[in-house]
Amino acid sequence: MKANKSVFSSLFGRQRRGRTVSILLVILAYIVLTVMIRSGNLSRLFQGLLVPICCYMVAAIGLNLNVGVSGELNLGQAGFMSIGAFAGICLSGRLAPLLPNTLLRLVLAILLGAVCAMIFGFLIGIPVLKLQGDYLAIVTLAFGQIIKSLITNMYFGFDENGFQFSFVANTTKLAPGGKMLLNGPMGATGTERIANFTVGAVLVLLALLVVYHIMYSKSGRAIMAARDNRIAAESVGIHVSNTKMLAFVISAGLAGAAGALFGLNYATLVPNKFDFNTSILLLVYVVLGGLGNMTGTMIATAVLVLLPELLRSLQDYRMLIYAIVLIVIMLLTNNETLKTWFGKLKAGKGAAAGKEG
Amino acid sequence: MADEKKLVLDVQDLGIDFGGLTAVNDFALQVFEKEIVGLIGPNGAGKTTVFNMLTKVYQPSRGTIRFLGEDTAKKSVVEMNKAGIARTFQNIRLFSQLSVLDNVKAGFHNSITYSPFSAIFRLPSYFRQERETEAKALDLLKIFDLQDKADTIASNLPYGAQRRLEIARALATDPKLLLLDEPAAGMNPQETEELMAMIRKVRDHFGIAILLIEHDMRLVMGICERITVLNYGMLLAEGTPAQIQANPDVIKAYLGE
Repeated sequence: MKANKSVFSSLFGRQRRGRTVSILLVILAYIVLTVMIRSGNLSRLFQGLLVPICCYMVAAIGLNLNVGVSGELNLGQAGFMSIGAFAGICLSGRLAPLLPNTLLRLVLAILLGAVCAMIFGFLIGIPVLKLQGDYLAIVTLAFGQIIKSLITNMYFGFDENGFQFSFVANTTKLAPGGKMLLNGPMGATGTERIANFTVGAVLVLLALLVVYHIMYSKSGRAIMAARDNRIAAESVGIHVSNTKMLAFVISAGLAGAAGALFGLNYATLVPNKFDFNTSILLLVYVVLGGLGNMTGTMIATAVLVLLPELLRSLQDYRMLIYAIVLIVIMLLTNNETLKTWFGKLKAGKGAAAGKEG
Repeated sequence: MADEKKLVLDVQDLGIDFGGLTAVNDFALQVFEKEIVGLIGPNGAGKTTVFNMLTKVYQPSRGTIRFLGEDTAKKSVVEMNKAGIARTFQNIRLFSQLSVLDNVKAGFHNSITYSPFSAIFRLPSYFRQERETEAKALDLLKIFDLQDKADTIASNLPYGAQRRLEIARALATDPKLLLLDEPAAGMNPQETEELMAMIRKVRDHFGIAILLIEHDMRLVMGICERITVLNYGMLLAEGTPAQIQANPDVIKAYLGE
């Protein structure tokens, strides 16, 4: 009897609860926002923020798998978004004359963005994840800068003769009717804006499913075991660098997918958009939302993307208030009194649920 | 009698240097199947260093470790566990933020064969193997009287229970040889008594060999069939508990002259 209850609670109950809450939250938010858009109750400013919020959420959920669940600091998540964004933009730009269906093109671009970012993640991970310590933070920090510089110096276009590519200076000579996909420091210009909120919401849901399903599987236990105690993890036969690689590559892939959606939401996108500040911002979403807490990450992302816009009326004091809000949230979430209070609330709820069951 | 049994672990001429310091030298040890062997010695004798060499946390500088007849020179920590050596640690090393149940499930890591792909898409193999693992993990917890604590976070367990959980996690990897590093450390006589019964039960139930480091002589003399004494990194004596208790060298090493 006791055993059965435990089987239920750990395999399906407790774990599924976190997943269900976050998924319901996304679906609910999607329905409410769609209704608001349809009925004209959402300003254009906020409508324009919906897709970027989805993108940042996906990248932050991925980052939380890497930082919160796997315990490896990653300071280059924006670099992976950048790879995904420009890979997606190039694919969509190239396929535009061939494939009029924008949804299919968007999905393909997101897939390519994810795959490209995963390949880069894998290559970076091979040497770095064998080491212990903060090497991943240093290397990903450098990686973000390198990717930014690379794309800033890249010229890439195509015409009826095929692709043309040049580096540092634009020496491509496109035939009439050709199209530049990447324009060096100007980035991607004239991109067809095919991203939409629905795809964004679906991508958030998929990111949640991927991360939760990994977390509550053999791999997730191994990732968390390696985080909690590397030596003990190896002593029970867990290959630590492989499990950390899995978390890192999935995290990069989600950033790549998010980047592709982000890139296809704007007519122009400069490489500087994905700089170190963006990586740090994503890390702030993760830390504020709670390490390993995906629902918290989503809420933190939405609030912190919206906050600067909501504070626009404060003009010069905007960033000051933003910083104060950040500090207050951090103090509150680390407040012992509040923590025990929430703990009691949760325990009370659990007991009530136990009685019902 | 021991000679008729199968040799599980055969260590010869084992030694390790840290820089200029020779921590262990010329160490030899045999463990036969289903045997409980004690490894004792004064503080700093190199007992835990021997454990770390047996599990390849340290790469030995000299000597051979043959496990189940196979030379293990090229094996890593992970491969030693896969080969069948599991251990506990002197300073408890649990997966502190995981639940008790997940700690044991993590021990079953290599007996689960579904891929991350099947986990993401929740294919039938995921559900089948997770159910099997869950059942096996709960059975193990029951043996160690931890079934009521399955959902507790490991770091919230009382000390004795943490020690038991570490043994349960080690057993989840299906070892042929279990290394226990001071399992009774910090336990009161009552708990030590229970632990002794538990170690015997583990040996009989799982049919495995156990090598243990311990300072509690009541435990060592009570359950070990053979004892090896280590002093200053060298093999001092080897024999049955009665032989060891009567050995003048051992008494000198422990009490001085």
